[in-house]
Order: sequence, then structure tokens, then C-alpha cells
Amino acid sequence: MVTIANIDLDEHAFVEWAGFVDDVPMFATADGDLIRIEGEQTVFNIHDGLLCAALSEDRRYLLTGGEDGKVCRVDAAGSSSVLAEQPGDWIDLIAAGPREAVAFACGREARVIVDSEIAAKITLERTIEGLAFAPKGLRLALARYDGVELHWVNSGGSMQFLEWKGAHTGVFFSPDGKYVVSTMQENALHGWRLKDARHMRMQGYPSKVKSTSWSPKGKWLATSGAPASIVWPFSGKDGPMGKAPKELGSMGKLQVTCVSCHPGVDVVAIGYSNGMILFVKIDDGQEVALRSEGRGPITSMGWNKSGHLLAFGSEQGEGGIIDVS
Amino acid sequence: MNQTSSRIPVTVLTGYLGAGKTTLLNRILSEDHGKKYAVIVNEFGEIGIDNDLIVKSDEEIYEMNNGCICCTVRGDLIRVVQKLMRRQGRFDAIIVETTGLADPAPVAQTFFMDEDVRAKAQLDAVIALVDAKHFLLSLGDSPEAEDQIAFADVILLNKTDLVDATELAKVEATIRRINPRAELHHTNRSDVDLAKILDRGAFDLERVMVTDPQFLDHHDEAHDHDHDHDHDHHDHHGHAGLDGNVHDTTIGTISLRGGDLDPKKFLPWIEKVTQIDGPDILRLKGIISFKDDPDRFVVQGIHMILEGDSQREWGEDEKRESRLVFIGRNLNHEKLERSFAACAA
Repeated sequence: MVTIANIDLDEHAFVEWAGFVDDVPMFATADGDLIRIEGEQTVFNIHDGLLCAALSEDRRYLLTGGEDGKVCRVDAAGSSSVLAEQPGDWIDLIAAGPREAVAFACGREARVIVDSEIAAKITLERTIEGLAFAPKGLRLALARYDGVELHWVNSGGSMQFLEWKGAHTGVFFSPDGKYVVSTMQENALHGWRLKDARHMRMQGYPSKVKSTSWSPKGKWLATSGAPASIVWPFSGKDGPMGKAPKELGSMGKLQVTCVSCHPGVDVVAIGYSNGMILFVKIDDGQEVALRSEGRGPITSMGWNKSGHLLAFGSEQGEGGIIDVS
Repeated sequence: MNQTSSRIPVTVLTGYLGAGKTTLLNRILSEDHGKKYAVIVNEFGEIGIDNDLIVKSDEEIYEMNNGCICCTVRGDLIRVVQKLMRRQGRFDAIIVETTGLADPAPVAQTFFMDEDVRAKAQLDAVIALVDAKHFLLSLGDSPEAEDQIAFADVILLNKTDLVDATELAKVEATIRRINPRAELHHTNRSDVDLAKILDRGAFDLERVMVTDPQFLDHHDEAHDHDHDHDHDHHDHHGHAGLDGNVHDTTIGTISLRGGDLDPKKFLPWIEKVTQIDGPDILRLKGIISFKDDPDRFVVQGIHMILEGDSQREWGEDEKRESRLVFIGRNLNHEKLERSFAACAA
């Protein structure tokens, strides 16, 4: 357990995304800088203000959206190409899908890029607040006020509406595609089992849930938003219904701000509001401290392919790589 | 909470289309004050604002539960403010320009009810711009115009050069009937000293009374009004000489005064009042003298949101008394006065 690299940033730099692009450690800041570490630190500016970032499905590219209206794709060497540009708009959301598809959203409009072309434009009645591809097929989930819309990209716009009153601020699928889960303004998650649209309410959080992560086979869903990571069991056929979640890494008053499950085993990295990072086994709650504290809350974490290295970033210009092997 | 000092101040500009919001905004942005602003404009906002950091947003109301007005916030502001706050150092303050028909309550409530916004930003004041020429007409058409006046901390009665003295007096009397306690300035082309509209601390308990010293000394003309109207056609007992000219208003002000209060009676009472009458209370402010407490206790509220804290010691020359003002719709003056009096120590 040793921190093998620290990135050197201005203390106001907000790390929006930390992880590995084709196994090269990368950090993207809200200012639009991309920090790449391979031996030494290199900084590339890709946006005038970065708003969102997502790893491509094959993990070879980082997809980004910015205040400059650009949608970019960055490779492991740090070179970026502009996939789309909407001057004057903020690209609020970005999602990566199968077959290198990319979806991005601004306000009430989402666009889908397939084979380097805009293949679909989806307009909602309310602002799009969350965007995610299903694991199979070109199907997009869009979170908005009062529910989640599921749109097929290639079949003439057929849509399924999953209704649940309230503001949905994010959305994602389970790895097997059986469940859709949204994060909500009112400190809760809401889920639907897709085969019968059965509701799943996951509530009781003291704060908003901003970070979620599935364990490798989708057995567990780890979440932030409480003074511990709340981890919901999804192994049964009814998902978490009727089962109590686990509370891992409980730290008194410290809030969990970020979670990232290990790619190989049922272990979760938990980041806290004071910059601490713990490594916790989901089965028995056994904890190992990876980082004791820092200047600001942990905002993002990501694992390399083998699961030996964890990259992390904070709100206050901190970031680094931890060797857990 | 020890986050007060570092929070970014937010000024909200309300007012009908054509009232002068864009002109005022440009004045704020172009004047040589050394401050940088982030401006959040609505999607239909007029163009012609010259600033580095302008964010478009569509006014999106979140109803938190039951459709209760007290629980509504602006989802777009939550998103935009959070995104803006990730890049510190780019700006010193935020200005939110609303559409002419915007309800100011959800805008203000966002800065109290959303944990993330509240941690980073602090509502400074709500400014209402009023077009002296067209105000009385717009007041007849929509409750929003009245709400914007009632809610404001500072009112700019603009375009005064377009009306004569009699009409101006009518407009001002109508505004004062709705909101007797806001600071009011007469302007042409939104030409106001910026010190009078920025950095007011109108929602800051530390300063809540400092910015409007005469806030409770106003002799309340609304006292003898019946606040139980349900409809727009009330018969009126308005100001002498202006009858038939001053528009009917559904919003009124109730000022209460008393001596030393018992905190064990007052605190549950004010909580109950805001819980039950919250939907009808637009704003409330007060300075309370608790028996045997050397400190002034200050309260302020928006609908059901209520904040109270000890502020500072009573001065030696200061008359210790409790004063409380409600601005709202259909408030029962007699009942409030009676139950307030029952809080006496």
C-alpha cells in the first residue's frame, strides 16, 4: 500500500475525473486540463472548462464535454479529437456505449454519435440530468424530472417511460442490464426492474448520492451520500428489495463522497470528505487505509485493468496513484 | 456552520420584461469595481450582455413533495451553481436574472434548501425592477408582479421619466402597500448607485437588520385591511385621495411589537406559524428580546424556511423590544397579534 505518484496541481483545481485510459493514469480537471502520468507529468488543455468525462467501453479513450460546447475523445497518448461542437452550449453530460457509440446532452437535447456521425437526436420536455447506455444494444436511459426515459437509438424512437415523481439527477444500468437505477435530488436512489418495471426504493441517506459503483459481476451496488458507504445487494432476483444494505467504512461524521469497486474482487475503494481513502472488503467489512487525509473531498477514483493501481482526485487540486498490490 | 465567510454572494434580479433588468445587468458588469461576476440568464434572456461568464439556464421548478410552494426549488440553479463552483477564482459573485414571470420564492429557497448550493453560495438580496409606466397594468394581469415586489429587499422604481408626478405617486403607493419595508430607489435607465443593490446581506442573520434600519418603524397602513380575500375583486379601504386609482393588492404586511418574550413560548410559536401559514408567508423578519438574554435574537424566513440566531448584545441606549414583520397573502392579523402577545415573558 503505497502512493507511488502525486500530481502537482493548483490547489483550486477540481479533479472531475481520475482513472486510467488504456492503462495510463489520467486526471481531468474542471478547468479543462488533462494530466497524464507516464514516468513524468504532462498537462494538455482540452477544454475551456470541462463539465463531464466518461471512459469508453473498451477503456481506450476518455470522452469529455465542456463549457466550450465541445465533445472530445482523448487517447492514452493525450491527443484529443473533437467529435462534435455546439458553440455557446454547455455539454453537461456524456456517456459511452457499445460499438464506440457516444451520447452527450445539453439542456433538453441529447445526441448520439455512431460511426463518427450524429445518428440520433432525442429531445425531452424537461432538462436531461442523467445519461447512460444499456450494456447491450444501442439503448439510452435519460433521467429527467419525474422519471427516466429509455430510448432505442436505432428503431425510430421507440420509448419506454419509467415514471417516479421527483427530480432524478443521474441514471445508470446494472452490468447485466436487468435494472435501471436513478439518483435523486431527495437523498435517495430509485430503481426499476426492467422486465416488469417494478419499483425499488433505496432511501434513508442524509445527503445526495453522487457516486455509485457496481461490484465486478453486479452483485453489489456501492454508493456515497452517508457517513459510510451504503452497499445494496443485487444478487437475488428481486434486487435489493426486502434486504438491508451493508454499511461499510463507517467513520462517524465523515461523509463518503466517492466509491469505486475493484475490477476483479468484491472490494470497494471509499473516498471521504476529508480526503481519506479506505479499501474495504464487501463480505466482511475489513478495512485497510490507503490514504489518511488530504485538503479536500475525494471527487473521483478509477482502477487500472489488473486492479493493482487506483487513481484518485480531489476538489482541491490533489490527485495520485496508489499501489494496492 | 462555519462556512459563511467563504460563500459566494448571489444577487437575484426580478422584474417584468422591459423593466430594465438587462440595462441594470450591463451597468453592474461594466462599472469599474474590480469584481468579476458570473451571470445566470434565462434561456429567453435578451442578448446584448457583455460578460466573460454567462450561463444560460431554463427555469425549472422542482416540487419537492406534495406540490407545496414551500418546498419548491429551482433545479436549473442547483445544477448551474454546482458546476460554476468547481472553478474557483473565476468570479467573486453571481447574478441571477429571472424571466418576467418568474416566481422569486423557488429561486430564494434554492439557496436554503439544497445542501450543495447552500454550502458554496449565499443569497445576498432579491432586487425587483419596476417599470413605472407599465407596472399598474401588469399588476392587474398577474400575481407574479405582486410576488416580485413583496419578495424584494430592494426595489428600483425605474423609468420614472416616463410618468408624471401623480402617476409616480400612485405607483409608489401601490408598491408600498405590497411591501413597505424594502429599500426603494427612483431611477431612470436603471441608474442606481451599485452600493445600494450589491452586497446587502439581506438574508444574513448577522446583518439582517443593518441594511434596513427603518424596517420595522414603518407605520403599517395595511393594519386595517381584511387579509382574508380569496378573489381579486375586494372592496377597498385604501389611501385617501387615491381610491379607485391604487390597484387592489392581495399581499399585505403585518408588523407586530412587544416587550420581552419567553423563548420557550416564542420559538414553538414561530415554528408553528411558519409550518401552518408558510404557504401564505412570503417573507418574515424580526428582532426579538428574550427575557434575561443580553443578546438580540434575530429571525428571518421565506415561506416555511425559518432561521434564527443570537446576533449581538443589546446596546445600552437601545430600547429592548421585540418586533416582527410578516409579508404575505391572507394573513390573519388579529390571530397573529393575539398569539404573538401570548409569547410575552
